[in-house]
Amino acid sequence: MSTPAPLIEMRGISKSFGAVKANEAVDLSVAPGEILGLLGENGAGKTTLMNVLFGAYAPDAGEILVQGRSVAINSSADALAAGIGMVHQHFHLAPRLSVLENLLIGIPGRSGRIDRAGGLARLAEIGRQHGLTLDPDLPVSALSVGEQQRLEIVKALFRGARLLILDEPTAVLAPTEVDGLFSALRSMAAQGLGIIFISHKLNEVRALTHRCVVLRHGRVAGRVDAPASTTSSEMARLMCGHEIVPPARGPSMPGAAVLTLDGISTSHHSGMALRDVSLSVRGGEILGIAGVSGNGQRALAEVISGVRAPDAGKMTIAGKTVSRFSPSTVQALGLGRIPEDRMTTGLVTNLPLADSMVLPRIGTAAFSRNGLIKPDAIRAFAEAQIKAYDIRCPGPMTRAGALSGGNLQKALLARELAFDPKVLIVSQPTRGLDIGAARFIHEKFLDMRAKGCSIIVIGEDLEELLMLSDRIAVMYEGRIVGTLDSADASIARLGLMMTGAEGHA
Amino acid sequence: MFRLEARTSTPAWFNLALPLLAIGATLILCSGLIALAGAGVVEAYGVMFSASLGDSYAITETLVRAAPMIFTGLAVAVAFRAKFWNIGAEGQLLAGAVASCAVGAIPMPGPLAMLLMALAGAAAGAAVALIPATLRVKFRVDDVVSSLLLNSVFFYALMALIEGPWKDSFSGYPISPPIEDTANFPVLLEGTRLHLGVVAALVAAPVIWFVVARTTLGFRIRVTGENPEAARYGGINVERVLISTALLSGALAGLAGVGEVGGVHFQVMSDISPGYGYSGIVVAMLARLNPLGVVPAAIFLAAVMTGAEAMSRATGVPAFLSDVIQGTALLAMLAALLFTAYRIRRVGATK
Repeated sequence: MSTPAPLIEMRGISKSFGAVKANEAVDLSVAPGEILGLLGENGAGKTTLMNVLFGAYAPDAGEILVQGRSVAINSSADALAAGIGMVHQHFHLAPRLSVLENLLIGIPGRSGRIDRAGGLARLAEIGRQHGLTLDPDLPVSALSVGEQQRLEIVKALFRGARLLILDEPTAVLAPTEVDGLFSALRSMAAQGLGIIFISHKLNEVRALTHRCVVLRHGRVAGRVDAPASTTSSEMARLMCGHEIVPPARGPSMPGAAVLTLDGISTSHHSGMALRDVSLSVRGGEILGIAGVSGNGQRALAEVISGVRAPDAGKMTIAGKTVSRFSPSTVQALGLGRIPEDRMTTGLVTNLPLADSMVLPRIGTAAFSRNGLIKPDAIRAFAEAQIKAYDIRCPGPMTRAGALSGGNLQKALLARELAFDPKVLIVSQPTRGLDIGAARFIHEKFLDMRAKGCSIIVIGEDLEELLMLSDRIAVMYEGRIVGTLDSADASIARLGLMMTGAEGHA
Repeated sequence: MFRLEARTSTPAWFNLALPLLAIGATLILCSGLIALAGAGVVEAYGVMFSASLGDSYAITETLVRAAPMIFTGLAVAVAFRAKFWNIGAEGQLLAGAVASCAVGAIPMPGPLAMLLMALAGAAAGAAVALIPATLRVKFRVDDVVSSLLLNSVFFYALMALIEGPWKDSFSGYPISPPIEDTANFPVLLEGTRLHLGVVAALVAAPVIWFVVARTTLGFRIRVTGENPEAARYGGINVERVLISTALLSGALAGLAGVGEVGGVHFQVMSDISPGYGYSGIVVAMLARLNPLGVVPAAIFLAAVMTGAEAMSRATGVPAFLSDVIQGTALLAMLAALLFTAYRIRRVGATK
């Protein structure tokens, strides 16, 4: 397509943190009506670049032009004034306020009064234009993740954004929601808005974007002018600098059932409760749990991890019935757990990495005796795992929060696998990770499977589930509506079951 | 134009530099008040310094005053590590003072009396701290509010005691009966008030450091404070950790009261603590919640308090300046803590 005058242009942007060059001489431009893909592995500098554009960081060198005019963007307010809106991975919404109130935050009203009528009219207009409808009076806490993201997009448009930056918007969405997002984005582009789409998922980038910029080690590693006709492996090579081959799953050789759930139900609580869930996972088997998020996966993970006690039903691990549900008892029976949310339920970001790595087992003889911790053993354990898993960090005493997502996930994996769990429960194991890191995690799961470990993978990425799992169970409204051998499963069939179409039999 | 930018890491020397920066800023800010009171700034600070740290007697007086603040500072530091917001060290101190005074008034051999006073005071402080901790764990009551308000409850309970059953029937003053002479803490240096409790406070700091840094309880306290969800998923009983922290914190604050009764006043009266419990918060923050840092921080505040009285006599600047310095030091430290998370960067002017 012919390129009209750019909406936004970044020229020669460089930004360093200490000795680390996060961005080096990056050029990038977006034309009106264009969807630009921004690709790169974790730590390639995508987020830093977008934070420079959105005013969170001042660049060390380079300039930003908005419609041909050089501007200084020193805050998010400057960015908004220049017509740049950003939808972060973690939403910035006030959960107790309504949709409309969230939209009106920071918008000057008329003579000190909130302009409710005007806000409603704008919201309805944006909804009509792009198919982004929202109930203005619902509190944000009642919205699904997809709706919250829609609200973030509407918020940016409400403030007059002509360029929208989306940082991994599909990481939190179910496949059906992704389609809705894409059609909204296409509609916005058709009406002359510019969009920067950051993602790890190459098939999405190929389906949606008009042009791509690939970053590697802070520099532009390549530009793709026709993403739709470029293969995923070509793009992956640009991102990583080498070929990426997906790991092959060996033949199934499952042993006896190691984890069984029999008629597990939970009572109502925040989120979907479980209703009469029975499943079993055998040794050397990977069971995938598919489903649109919010259909009971969280409760399932919490019950298996011992955090939530079920109201009815029985759970056994390696033949032993779990009589008291607590994280320490199921752990003692041989359960390992990779949490969905690394930062909130996995790690302690403000303490040294080593502390997080021994957290679940601090009371065991490996790391303490008579109430005294063994600092040398803890440090040695962390150092050994950092080496074994190639966790990139200055050392075991580094603040955990300073590590990238992929390295944190490796650290969590190392912490659980070091003790040879009989059962491993993982949720969204590669969310937000780049291809290289995801590949590493997948290989580890398959290694564990070959060693006879039972693994449950809860996820929304159906391609990943199909690649890893021997069998896939689908959850809908707190029940398991069906289980397929992965040889019989397809994305289309799973997608149908996820809407509750099959099952209830 | 300047702006704040997020830091990725905090250099280690900040632990020392930030409190010094805060103290420096405090002294500069407060010099305005001294000038306003019509005194010379250099002279006033000079008197303050020489009266608190200028000779060996002054130093012992400062240490005697630092001892209760070391205990309350440790109490607050331990509690805040677990994010148990114990603002109630003052009430816990008073409870410790009353309990140790009651025990000290019973005739028995001196060493036994001192030991039992310490145990009773620690237990009383722990019991008081248990109230806000239990309310928080069982009913999700905000611990800042409950622990703070309990200070008034225990202050007026103490007043009721010394205006009522403990009132001196002979003089009619609202002071408790004195403890037995044998229960008085021994003075370590002839001609000074440097008593055994001061040594206990100086020993307590490294002990508490060890508990926080090297025991599984300390590990659980740190992890629970930084991320209770990760702690819970990791198999730590978060509620139990909060209760243990409260007991430890309350016991330390109670010991501050024991030292005042056994080593300084030998009885209980309404002004047994000039706000040592609240000063403990300033001490803990200046120490960045590090138990070892509590000692110099408490000595600094004690020097300010001791020095302020002498400065007042010599220059006419009201001794209340010491309260102003304490308050300013806390605010300056809180402001300085900003630099652990952010750096200041110079940027070009906005368009």
